[in-house]
Amino acid sequence: MASKIIVKNLNKSFGKLEVLKDVSTDIEEGEVVVVIGPSGSGKSTFLRCLNCLEEINGGTIIVDGFNLTDPKTNLNKVRRNIGMVFQHFNLFPHKTAKENVMLAPLTLKTMTKEEASKKADALLKQVGLSDKANIYPAQLSGGQKQRVAIARSLAMNPDVMLFDEPTSALDPEMVGEVLNVMKDLVKMGMTMVVVTHEMGFAREVGDRILFMDGGYIVEEGTPDQIINHPREPRTIDFLSKVL
Amino acid sequence: MKFFDLLVQHFPTFISSMLITIEITAMALVIATILGIVFCLFKLSKYKVLQYITDVYIGIIRGTPLIVQILFIFLGISSVFHFKWDLMVASVLIMSLNAGAYMTELIRGGIEAVDKGQAEAARSLGLSYGQAMRKIVLPQAFRTMLPSIINQFIVTLKDTSLLSIIGVRELVQNTKIITANNMEAFNMYAIVGLYYWVIVTILSALAKMIERRTSYGK
Repeated sequence: MASKIIVKNLNKSFGKLEVLKDVSTDIEEGEVVVVIGPSGSGKSTFLRCLNCLEEINGGTIIVDGFNLTDPKTNLNKVRRNIGMVFQHFNLFPHKTAKENVMLAPLTLKTMTKEEASKKADALLKQVGLSDKANIYPAQLSGGQKQRVAIARSLAMNPDVMLFDEPTSALDPEMVGEVLNVMKDLVKMGMTMVVVTHEMGFAREVGDRILFMDGGYIVEEGTPDQIINHPREPRTIDFLSKVL
Repeated sequence: MKFFDLLVQHFPTFISSMLITIEITAMALVIATILGIVFCLFKLSKYKVLQYITDVYIGIIRGTPLIVQILFIFLGISSVFHFKWDLMVASVLIMSLNAGAYMTELIRGGIEAVDKGQAEAARSLGLSYGQAMRKIVLPQAFRTMLPSIINQFIVTLKDTSLLSIIGVRELVQNTKIITANNMEAFNMYAIVGLYYWVIVTILSALAKMIERRTSYGK
């Protein structure tokens, strides 16, 4: 299998604070990578570097064959192929659910109005929200908002999806519906990088878990290796707190 | 009563001078909005020169009285470059420059009030900076700015009264001319006050209406 994302010696600092230190990893096509770790470990920053929402200070990131660190790379083009789902949904409040989904294809002129409308209907159906198409985000529940956000990020037909704590801002009873939509994506073979605290999700659908702490990838392996047989003391300590 | 007689008698000239007041205000506000957006983008850009230009512009406008700006541009500039201003052009220019500085600050506040996640979500979909601004950030910023923009509209409308100093026949100048003839200062200035009050009240009501219309599903 081909590597979809290659990260080499990634360094990132905010001012004097080093957030990521020499992070390297390869993510293969169709792989589901779950990133766990305590808050402040750099896992969200790591994810945000993968579509250059954060400017990096050193190292290389190659996504889909595009070198993100090359100044000649058109980041806007690359980002179309990388969907991102945020902890706080970040839906556009002045647009209905369907308009949210249609916005990118229409603005970037990758689809005609009819195509975009059809695509949006299909995606809203996929996330189980056909009946909410013409509703504004303010009237949706947290779980519904996040499902619309997932549909929105799928509208550009990305081959990679990044999830930044997609269920952390949800009421407990809404976590399941969002995880189910994500599991459907896994079944469709989507390459996914998921920052989450949902260990059940990690165990069930993750191909690999990265445990991050203090800006390093401390340990990585299959869910069984990391969750059931962690070797690093920091991993053991973290897992003892969350499991 | 004398007040009502005068109100009726001078109705035509007040209406025509009110139209001048509104015309200057409306044109100035449109230009000021454009100036505001441009200078705001200057201020938010990464180029120090552009930020500096904006600071100087806002500093001058905010640091000097409007009446000085009026006299400087109308008398000062024209005397140095030896030309005669068209009264309307000069009036719109002065009011635009003045309101533009305040609009810049206002728009910046509005943009900064939009959650950063909005721009990030737009960028993550592949939109360029400009597209994210136009489609996502600015529409939301305008929504929060609307009350302040209407307020600026009201302030500018009232500020046009200072243009009477250079002889623009707006509401106050019209009143001055009439009063010079009929010596009815008490009634005439009460009447002109009434005109302003009516316009401002209508504007405020309009603002409330627009505000209600643009609250998406809330």
